[in-house]
Amino acid sequence: MNPLIPLFVVIPLAGAFLIMILGSFIRNLNKYLASLVLLFLVIVSFYFLFTTGSKVSVYKVGGWEAVNSIPIGIYMVLDGFTAIVLCIINLIGFLSVFYSISYISRYTAENNFYALFCLMIAGMNGVVLSGDMFNIFVFLEISAISSYALVAFGVEKNELEATFKYQVLGGLASFLILIGIAFIYWKAKTLNIADIRNVFSSGYDRKYYLLVQILLLSGFGLKAAIMPFHAWLPDAHSSAPSPISAMLSGVLIKAVGIYVIIRLFFNMFAISEGMAILITTLGTLSMVVGAFLAIGQWDIKRLLAFSSISQMGYVILSVGIGMILISRGVRGEIAALAIAGGIFHLINHAAFKGLLFLNAGAIEYSIGTRNLQEMGGLSKSMPVTSATSFVASLSISGIPPFNGFFSKLIIIVAAILAKFYFLALLAVIVSIITLSIFMKFQRYAFSNKTDTRNKVKIREVPFPMLFSMIILSIVCLLLSVLVFPGIREMILTPATDILMDPSKYSSIITGM
Amino acid sequence: MIPYLLCFILFLVGLYGVITRRNLVKIAISLSIMEFSIFLFFALIGFVEGGVAPIVDPADPVKTYVDPLPQAMVLTAIVIGLATTAMLMAVIIRIYRKYGTFDIREIKNLRG
Repeated sequence: MNPLIPLFVVIPLAGAFLIMILGSFIRNLNKYLASLVLLFLVIVSFYFLFTTGSKVSVYKVGGWEAVNSIPIGIYMVLDGFTAIVLCIINLIGFLSVFYSISYISRYTAENNFYALFCLMIAGMNGVVLSGDMFNIFVFLEISAISSYALVAFGVEKNELEATFKYQVLGGLASFLILIGIAFIYWKAKTLNIADIRNVFSSGYDRKYYLLVQILLLSGFGLKAAIMPFHAWLPDAHSSAPSPISAMLSGVLIKAVGIYVIIRLFFNMFAISEGMAILITTLGTLSMVVGAFLAIGQWDIKRLLAFSSISQMGYVILSVGIGMILISRGVRGEIAALAIAGGIFHLINHAAFKGLLFLNAGAIEYSIGTRNLQEMGGLSKSMPVTSATSFVASLSISGIPPFNGFFSKLIIIVAAILAKFYFLALLAVIVSIITLSIFMKFQRYAFSNKTDTRNKVKIREVPFPMLFSMIILSIVCLLLSVLVFPGIREMILTPATDILMDPSKYSSIITGM
Repeated sequence: MIPYLLCFILFLVGLYGVITRRNLVKIAISLSIMEFSIFLFFALIGFVEGGVAPIVDPADPVKTYVDPLPQAMVLTAIVIGLATTAMLMAVIIRIYRKYGTFDIREIKNLRG
């Protein structure tokens, strides 16, 4: 029982509450309180990242112990994989809040912005930490409602249309998840993930099981914007204010989509080969189609949003390869490599896509447009933005020595070793397409000649925005060290271990 | 079996509304119908023949108790549903102020 675990939910919730209550009396409280809350969470999450290792800590809310080794209380579970995702959420969250200090000042109702932001963080931390389906659903809705409101924060035509689309599809996703939970409860009579695993492992109806899996996969797939369910993502992510786009694209689709899919399919369900092949196919589809849709875009943020779909495809693809190998029961070390590659790419994508959205926000802040055809020559007037976005573009296209290269390399090597030569080839081709997408971005935004008719002096953005961008570009470079043996064993291996051994998670939690 | 089938029909009614209606408010109503069909289904699953509220009475150990989990889940989901519906209606009102229409065919700024 580590008493620090519930703080991940309690502190941002309290922060949101205090900002709403006190924010209107004390000027500038909102900015500093939100930054402090997130800074504290970053420190705590890094503490957990370096100390968790391979142990699993369980916090039982209210101290309700299991009766006859059947868990009855609310369980919060923190293991290696959770610690990684918590770090991503809180680090990107902190940098986005710091960035917002100057970015959001052109909107009204700043209190609402910071309060909703803290609420979204609380929801995502809750989803990642909770050990039962009930709380996953509740926290998922908390983060979803605040993200609906934040997407519409500009309340102009585009924002409202995007948020309506997002809400209708997000609502459908919640319904699918709720039906899935109802079906699980019908047969298992429990909603604790570890307990469901134990109940289902002692015999189940195969078709019923498949129905539950499909319902949950489509529900969380809608949240994660995997290919057939991606329609809301480009609109919602491009209409939101830029720090929120960075949060949505960098963190939200991972924390409430990919993370939950991986957690449920590895630790709750027994992996079946059919499901594994389906997940790999969906991943490949989003990887390829997302890249092709991105290349034709002229709006920077839409381009980045489509590229998010493609990069998430990489994660799903490599995790799916790991699932196929586990379900066949062969070559566990290659499966571990594939899963580690997927998780590594998930971390990297949070860093560079967050950075790219912050760059897009900086460009929009300075010149007031998001259309690539209307900009050019910005590398002279905005040197820091230009340099950091160059780092991010190289990372996302997989150029060494940046982090994206190593994670894509691991994914491709794992695909080749697992004898999925076609998938490896597709991953290489999509990587080349990604490079061309970001060369287009660099060329049109930063290196073309400036339009001389436009005499407005373009200035570099203020310090808080620069600070966040510089830190994230350093993070992009530093993350490559995760590939080296000593550090990989400390951070990535515990995460893959808990996923690789199907019964370890449930046996630790229920104590059987 | 019949109650479950009726839930499913209610769900399909809602889905039909979401797909075919063109008025934003009607889409919101259809979403609510879908939502409540799921709540009804979940509450039905929790029904136990002859069950009583789970207040354990040591004097009478043979009683059948109802599991409070589905009720708690449905109540929570109803509250969440209230919040999402309120949020959706607020967005619809804003859309009406900006576009001057509820017709979904005329709200198509975002393309591609």
